[in-house]
Amino acid sequence: MSTPPASQQRGPTGPTAPTATADATPKAKMSKRQKAKLSRGIQYAILIVIAVVIAVVADWPTLIDTFGRIDIAIGMFPDVITKALKNTVVFTGLGFVLGLAIAIVLALMRLSSVGVYRWLAFVYTEFFRGLPALVVFLVMGFGLPLAFKGFNLPQLIIIMIALALVSSAYMAETIRAGIQAVPKGQVEAARSLGMSSSRAMFTIVLPQAMRIILPPLTNELILLTKDSSLAYILGSSVDGRELTALARAEIVNTANLTPFIVVALCYLVITIPLSYLSRVLEKKYGSADSGVK
Amino acid sequence: MTTSATASLRETGTPIIAIRNLQKSFGSNQVLTDISLDVDKGEVVCVIGPSGSGKSTMLRCINVLEDPTGGSIVVDGMDMTDLDLDIDAARTRIGMVFQSFNLFGHLTVRENLTVAQIKVLRRSKAEADRVAEENLAKVGLSEKIDAKPSSLSGGQQQRVAIARALSMDPDVMLFDEPTSALDPETVGDVLQVMRNLAEAGMTMVVVTHEMEFARQVADRVVFMDGGVVVESGPAKDVIGDPQEQRTKDFLARVLHPGQLG
Repeated sequence: MSTPPASQQRGPTGPTAPTATADATPKAKMSKRQKAKLSRGIQYAILIVIAVVIAVVADWPTLIDTFGRIDIAIGMFPDVITKALKNTVVFTGLGFVLGLAIAIVLALMRLSSVGVYRWLAFVYTEFFRGLPALVVFLVMGFGLPLAFKGFNLPQLIIIMIALALVSSAYMAETIRAGIQAVPKGQVEAARSLGMSSSRAMFTIVLPQAMRIILPPLTNELILLTKDSSLAYILGSSVDGRELTALARAEIVNTANLTPFIVVALCYLVITIPLSYLSRVLEKKYGSADSGVK
Repeated sequence: MTTSATASLRETGTPIIAIRNLQKSFGSNQVLTDISLDVDKGEVVCVIGPSGSGKSTMLRCINVLEDPTGGSIVVDGMDMTDLDLDIDAARTRIGMVFQSFNLFGHLTVRENLTVAQIKVLRRSKAEADRVAEENLAKVGLSEKIDAKPSSLSGGQQQRVAIARALSMDPDVMLFDEPTSALDPETVGDVLQVMRNLAEAGMTMVVVTHEMEFARQVADRVVFMDGGVVVESGPAKDVIGDPQEQRTKDFLARVLHPGQLG
């Protein structure tokens, strides 16, 4: 909340402040490059001061005692990996696959010539894009079992559907944009060679759209990894806990916040490779050579 | 089979492309008012005219990339405006070359030439490859068979696009301003390929601004303006000795662009 005004302030004062300092010095005549150098030096100095102040002022013993208890951290292994991390990956993976399938259908519906399809997909997308993931989880977890008493859906399925609902709306928009970024001439060429419109879509358009879609889709997978933490509100058996649920349980058990740090590191173990993958894909596909003219 | 069928059509004097009272509107904008045009088998027809005259739209109506608003188009005995016609099958017999090449960017040159043969004509991979190599040799680009389109020059891409259309063994070829997007030095190669094709007896309808090509290669030149055919006849007449004022004005502008008025 407070970040935008702060950054707005930094905009105007950032460049002018050092210049003013530079002008105030007796040797007022400085080249542009010297001014830039001085300005950067001042910025570094401010950063160092902030770091030093934090390091000096913070109550390290208490911090370490609350967040950095090695014994508690060690006590979480191996379950945090073999169960919690595994569950997070499984929930995310299943949610992503189902979400992607729904998203492709939605994107094709958005681009359909049938008005009802376009309208349905539009409503779905707007609806689920606008809802907090937490609300979707609550409704799926507690609403559905009440509404359909006969169906006793396993928790895994409920989580998978909730994550798919949350992610599919975003991914549908990404896929639609990717499809629309493929020049119309590609479809025309395919149709002129006798391909049906669906054959042209799957043989010619979608493979080329994939290059545009893949990097943002990887980002969506990272977001979904974090959203999977909401599964904790549905409660679960000990074996069904994902990372966040495990952390909350451990915090209650140990009366210490170290489990949060361990779990945070586990999330990074998943998301940092994904970020790397996203950058690689972007380099490979996103840049100059799309082959499309 | 197709050849013998069309040959017999030729004998009875039926044109391979018969356009009757073709109309096309985009919303309230009427682009084609009333076009009638016959093309005989083996004939090369060049369509010239100012931009916005409807030449490209007329060409795109022939294989129904644009849906005609009125009139009829019969290609090789197939009524293209008939809703019961298998339009995908009909299009395999009408090759089309676009101004912007439209090669499939994610496929190699070989795959560009074989994908429709395999998926649409259901040819075997081996046969499709053989046809592709044969047609790539025709356009002088055999050594580029494993290249990606993006690594080729504009002229080379357009020649690959011609080879791709030829690989379907079409009965007629449509060219939509095939050299307009090219660097001047690569235009000659593309026109040479088209000239060879014409000499080999291909039926061709070419929308073009290349007057020299039209003069030398076309059996007939059609001048369009404002959505109608203004003048049509042998190249030497329409370009060399135009009768209509609009044709004269257009040719004066195109052939002597330096002189105003």
